[in-house]
Amino acid sequence: MFETALTYNDLMFLAKGAGMTLMVTAISVFIGTVLGIIFGVFRYQVGALWAMPLTFVLDVFRSIPLLIQLVLANAFITTVLKIKVSGLTVACGVLSLYTAAYCAEIVRGGIEAVPLPLRRAARSLGMTWGQDMTSVVMPLATRVALPSWIGLALGVMKDSALVYIVQVVELLKSTQILITRLQEPLFLLMICGLFYFVISFPIARFGGYLEKRWSND
Amino acid sequence: MFNYNFRWNQALNSLPQMLEGALVTMEIAILSMVIGIIVAILLTVCRISGYRSLSAIATTWVEIARNTPALFQIYMVHFGLGSFGIHLSPYISLLLGIAFNNAGYLAENYRGALKAIPDTQTRSARSLGMSAPQAFVHVVMPQMLRISFLPMTNQMVWAILMTSLGAVVAMNTDLYGVTSALNALTFRTFELFAIAAVIFYVITKVITLSARLLAARMFRY
Amino acid sequence: MIEIENVRKSFGPLEVLKGINLNVPKGEVLTVIGGSGSGKSTLLTCINGLEPIDSGKIVVDGVEVHARGSDLNKLRQKIGIVFQQWNAFPHLTVIENVMLAQQKVLKRSKAEAEAEAEKQLKHVGLGDKLKVYPSRLSGGQQQRMAIARALAMSPDYMLFDEVTSALDPQLVGEVLDTLRMLASEGMTMICVTHEMKFAREVSDRVAFFHKGVMAEIAPPDELFGAPKTPELQQFLSATH
Repeated sequence: MFETALTYNDLMFLAKGAGMTLMVTAISVFIGTVLGIIFGVFRYQVGALWAMPLTFVLDVFRSIPLLIQLVLANAFITTVLKIKVSGLTVACGVLSLYTAAYCAEIVRGGIEAVPLPLRRAARSLGMTWGQDMTSVVMPLATRVALPSWIGLALGVMKDSALVYIVQVVELLKSTQILITRLQEPLFLLMICGLFYFVISFPIARFGGYLEKRWSND
Repeated sequence: MFNYNFRWNQALNSLPQMLEGALVTMEIAILSMVIGIIVAILLTVCRISGYRSLSAIATTWVEIARNTPALFQIYMVHFGLGSFGIHLSPYISLLLGIAFNNAGYLAENYRGALKAIPDTQTRSARSLGMSAPQAFVHVVMPQMLRISFLPMTNQMVWAILMTSLGAVVAMNTDLYGVTSALNALTFRTFELFAIAAVIFYVITKVITLSARLLAARMFRY
Repeated sequence: MIEIENVRKSFGPLEVLKGINLNVPKGEVLTVIGGSGSGKSTLLTCINGLEPIDSGKIVVDGVEVHARGSDLNKLRQKIGIVFQQWNAFPHLTVIENVMLAQQKVLKRSKAEAEAEAEKQLKHVGLGDKLKVYPSRLSGGQQQRMAIARALAMSPDYMLFDEVTSALDPQLVGEVLDTLRMLASEGMTMICVTHEMKFAREVSDRVAFFHKGVMAEIAPPDELFGAPKTPELQQFLSATH
C-alpha cells in the first residue's frame, strides 16, 4: 500500500519519543497541579492585594512564549549559575511552573464558585477551616475545576512538544530526526499527529461530557 | 553574586532590531486572527448547515486544531504541504499554521456562543418582519460577539505566543527569530531572551488591557 | 380581515389544531381561552407564518399566508405579535429595540424611527426608560416594551400570546391596562389569555378552545353567562 523506508528500529525510536512526551507531561502535570493548588488556595485565602506578587509572577508564565521560558531557564541555570543539569530537569521544571500558573487560576475559579453561605453553614456547624476546605469546598470546587483541568493537562501534553529546545528528544523531535533521515515528511508527521490526537481527542471529549453533565444540575 | 558577566548594554544595542521583529510578530498575529475569524465563521456555518459532508470537514478541522500541538500544525503546513510540491516561505507557513489553529479554537467558541442565544431571539426578530439574514446580523451576531469576545482576546494572546514557533520552519524575521539570530552571533543568550521576554510580556499586556477597555465600551448591557 | 379555514396542524403524532374555522373582521377584539395544550397559542404563530400548517388556509387581507410565494416578511409587518416570554433584544436599549425593525424592515430613517419609537414607548408608559437596557426593566415593563416594538411597525392586527402568564401577579395589571387601551383605540386584536375578567371586559367575542377544536365562540356575556358545552362549563368552574 505505502512504500516506506521506516524500519522496526525507527518505530521503536518514535515510541521512545512518545514515551518521553508522556513522561514529561505526567511529571509536569503532577508537580504543576500540586503547586497550582497551593498557589490557588493561597491567592484566595490572602485576598487579591496580598497575593499580588504571586499573581504577577504566575501571569508572567502565561504571557511569555513557553519556548522563551525554556531557553531562559536553561541559559540561567547552565551559563549564569553554571550548574550542570539535564535538559529533562529543566524541561520538567519549566513546564511544572507553567502548569502551576494556569492551574492556580482554575483552582481559584473553582473555590470562588462554591457559594459562601454554604461555607458559612459548614463553619457554623463547628467545622475547622481544614475540615471546611476538604469536605465542603474541595468536592464542590472539583466539579467546577475538573473539566478545565483536563483541558490544561492536554494543553501541557501538546505544549511539551517545545522541550526539544533544551535537547529533550520527545515525540515531535524524534519525528523530525527521522524526517531528516528518511525524507518522508508527510507519512511520519501523520504518525506523530495521530499519536497526539488518539490520546487527546477521547480525553477532551470526556472533559466536555463532564462539563455538560455537571453544569446541568 | 553570580559568577557571570551580564552584558546588558551589548544586548540592548540590538533592541531596535528586536522591536522590528516585534512588529513582524504582531503583524503575523493580527493577520492570523483575521484569517482565523473568517475561516471560523465559515466552519461554524458548515457545522450548523445540516450538510453531513460539510459538517464533517469542519468538525475534522476543529478537532485536529484542538487535539494536536500547534507546533505540529505549523510543521504540517510547511513540510506536509512541501511533500505535495507546495513550498511555502517560513512567513507564510507560520502565518497559515497559526491561522489554522486560531480557526479551530474560534469555531468551537462560536458554536458555543450560538448555542447560548435562545431561539426566541430569532423568533422575535422574524415576527417583526426581519428576514433570516437580518435577524442573524442585527440580533444574533451582536450577542455572539459579546459571548466570544473574551475567548477571542485569549486566542489573540495565544497567536502572539505561537509566533515563537516559527523557529521550526527557520523563520528569522519575527521577534523570536531575530532574537535567536542575534544569539547565534553574540551568545548572550540570557540577556537577549530576557529582553525578548519583556517585549512579549508588554505586547500581551497591551492586548489584554485594550481588549478590556474595548469590551467595557462596547458591551454596556 | 383574518380568515381561517379548516386549519390542521400536527407536531409529530400530536394533532394540535383539528380543523379550525374562524373569521376575525377588522376592529374586532377576540380573546381565546382554553386549557394548556388546547392549540390556542399554536394558532397565533400560524397566523403570522412562524409555523407552517398541514392543511387548510389562513388568509389575511386577501393574502394567503402559507401559499408559496407569499412575502411573509411583508405580511408580518402587518401582524404584530407579542409572546409569553419576554423577548427583548438584550444588547439594545429600550428605544433601539423599538427602532431596529423600523429601520431594517420599513427602511425608515433613524430620525423617523426614533420619533415613532418614542411615541409608542410613551404610549405604553415607558417614556422615562428610553435609554435603559432591557435587563434593567421589570417583566411587566419588558412586555410593554415588546408591545411598543410591535406597534411601531404600524400593524393592522395584533396577536397576544399569553402575555401576562410569565409575570408576577402584581405586574399583570399594567400590561392588561395597555391591552385595554389598545382595544379601546380600535386595534384588531387576538388575545390568548388566562385572564377571564379581562376577556369578559374587553372582548367582542370569546373563543373557547379544547383539545385542538374551537368548541364555542360567542360574545362574552353569552359565553360566560350560558356556556353550552360541558367542557366549557368544567373549564370555567375550574378557573374560578
